[in-house]
Amino acid sequence: MSSASGSRYDEMLDEDGTIRAAYADFRDWYDGQDISWLKRQDAEAERFFRRIGITFNVYGEDAGEERLIPFDMIPRIITAREWRKLTRGIEQRVRAINAFLQDLYHRQEIVKAGRLPVHFLRDNEAFLTQMIGFTPPGGVYTHIVGIDLVRTGPDEFMVLEDNARTPSGVSYMLENRETMMAMFPELFTKIPVRPVSDYPRRLRRSLQASAPACAGSRPSVAVLTPGIYNSAYFEHAYLADQMGAELVEGSDLRVSNGRVQMRTTEGFQPVDVIYRRVDDNYLDPLSFQPDSVLGVAGIMDVYRAGGVTIANAPGTGIADDKAIYSFMPDIVEFYTGEKPILQNVPTWRCSEPDSLKYVLDNLSELVVKEVHGSGGYGMLIGPTSSKKEIAAFAAKLRARPANYIAQPTLSLSTVPIFTKSGLAPRHVDLRPFVLVSPNGIDITPGGLTRVALKKGSLVVNSSQGGGTKDSWVLDE
Amino acid sequence: MLGRAANGVYWMTRYLERAENTGRLIDVGFHLALTRGSRERQDEEWRSVLITTGHEQGYLAAHPDISGAQVFNYLLRERENPGSVLSMLESARTNARVVRTSLTNEVWQAINETWMILRDMLSRPVREGNLGEVLSTIRQRASLVRGAMEGSMLRNEVFNFARIGTFIERADNTARILDVKYYVLLPSVAWVGSSLDNVQWDTLLRSVAGNRAFSWLNAGTMDPREIARFLILDGRFPRSLVFCFDKIRSNMAGLAKQYGGETQAHQQLRDAGSRLHDCTIEQIFESGLHEFLRDFIRRTHNIGEAISSDYRFIG
Repeated sequence: MSSASGSRYDEMLDEDGTIRAAYADFRDWYDGQDISWLKRQDAEAERFFRRIGITFNVYGEDAGEERLIPFDMIPRIITAREWRKLTRGIEQRVRAINAFLQDLYHRQEIVKAGRLPVHFLRDNEAFLTQMIGFTPPGGVYTHIVGIDLVRTGPDEFMVLEDNARTPSGVSYMLENRETMMAMFPELFTKIPVRPVSDYPRRLRRSLQASAPACAGSRPSVAVLTPGIYNSAYFEHAYLADQMGAELVEGSDLRVSNGRVQMRTTEGFQPVDVIYRRVDDNYLDPLSFQPDSVLGVAGIMDVYRAGGVTIANAPGTGIADDKAIYSFMPDIVEFYTGEKPILQNVPTWRCSEPDSLKYVLDNLSELVVKEVHGSGGYGMLIGPTSSKKEIAAFAAKLRARPANYIAQPTLSLSTVPIFTKSGLAPRHVDLRPFVLVSPNGIDITPGGLTRVALKKGSLVVNSSQGGGTKDSWVLDE
Repeated sequence: MLGRAANGVYWMTRYLERAENTGRLIDVGFHLALTRGSRERQDEEWRSVLITTGHEQGYLAAHPDISGAQVFNYLLRERENPGSVLSMLESARTNARVVRTSLTNEVWQAINETWMILRDMLSRPVREGNLGEVLSTIRQRASLVRGAMEGSMLRNEVFNFARIGTFIERADNTARILDVKYYVLLPSVAWVGSSLDNVQWDTLLRSVAGNRAFSWLNAGTMDPREIARFLILDGRFPRSLVFCFDKIRSNMAGLAKQYGGETQAHQQLRDAGSRLHDCTIEQIFESGLHEFLRDFIRRTHNIGEAISSDYRFIG
């Protein structure tokens, strides 16, 4: 077990091996099942996923290569009490993130107050000067947020990462539930699990509520995808389909008459709200990367003139940047006037000499991440790395310290997975999905539980061999 | 509906239809190879399958000689051949992914599964012993996709574009099959009524799955003129040219109704349609069957092009 800070917390069993209340009903059911039947269901689940095409493309492999994210059929269960606290913390954090973005792109009070050094903005590619002085329709910056949480004890949930750009994974939350209900319908008659299936409807409502003033009474919504070779294409198509929105690519859109218009069989028609799953950089070749073919030339001008809503707003990446992350407790306090309900993981900014020295001295116990990295790429997990790997990483760290942050190796909580030899504990995290509109903040009960399938592994990313689970929030 | 989505749906059904028809042609070639004695005659039949599917040149560039197993493997699973059944099913599925939101779950799953099943079946060379199973799977899967579309899709523009793709492809395929074999239908002093004629006619009908239907309608007698009439002008037969055109027309009418107006393509369709409807089989033979078919293929192609531009398939 690669744990730096004491014993791990198992969500199903307490220290004495007694089943915790959250899992009591589930274990009753599980213990009454025939194991060979469960194994058959397990195999069936994979065929089911293949047939409906829930796949993702892995970068660097053949363009046609599509993989499944492994699905584990033991649910991750959260009690009503735990969830109440989580939602309060998440809501507080998301409110703070939006206030922070509004401030950064206007008066920058937080910088003036000396709570955030200005160079964290200046040297940051995620901070978009094109957004300065502009307020998005309804004042909403992050329409869709995914907050990555880890748990280290009964009441210790910590935020590992805020995803304020284009968080993905919600289609897995929905399909995992569908699969569980198809495979084990009787479970849902025995245990009161809060539903997640209305997420697409809520997403559509939330996006429509954020439409620009020029939109009619039924604003049109489109999902902008980079296309079928994008790793999350399945999700883009899935959400568009479930919302009843058009799934568009950059080549379907053009700017004319001050609006963004899509090429339909009947000519060009305006789009009011664009849920874009294209990165800031590729959004508009006129404003950002000039050779981008994924975006729409001139869309930023239309946006700034109030002709379209872009969700999430360009430039929100500054709020989920890993260097900014270390300031989040201050940010929450600064904008809400309250103590943060959810804790941050202690973080060393390697740009600071004292921190760098500490990190270099303790590499074998720390997790070091690239400030702008994601997906579990380019990181070092000290306790599971060889001396050689650590030495190589130290060299990279010394060369570009500002490019890295470090955190203690957390003992993530475990939840059982189904294996050939029965239940076995594995480390998990949780990504709840949050919708923000002028009407308020809406959190879907549950989210995506990612699980490290390898024994002892702490890396839950699907690109690194992680799997997913259905996540249950129990009703009161 | 997005122009790009209309394009995707249209080509998805065209590829599916063409894949199915390629399977049927292989079936006929195989059937003949079993019933005809000499090697030369067998090769001749396989060559005619290659010509009908438009792959003679591509095949000969890759293989020095014609042999049955090599031909049907080339037509079924050659990756370098964009017209192989496997390549076309992959194209159909890629188009389906592109237009995923325009399809129902049932249609998407039917197409996705079709691709998965045939990809596995065609991952190794096909032997004569399992060719029958492969071909019957292609036919069954095609029927399943058609059934899923019929049973689950809204009757709106998406459905119209899908059907137009199917019937433009089918009209083209039937016309090409006829054109490659048109000479067997021409009056010939030497062969009239011979058993070879009967085999040739039967083959032609089989290629469009029309042998049983024709026998039903004609009490078992074979007559080249009646066969031509059946394949071109009989509105009851779902692979005849007239039937395909009627379907294209009704779906184009559906588009005109939804969009509140006609386009260039409607006019071209009307011209071609009246030409087809107003003529008798006698006139067709008089003015030349081959010329008639070439003209039909060209007009059908032009209608496809007009639809693509009128409905903004490409930006």
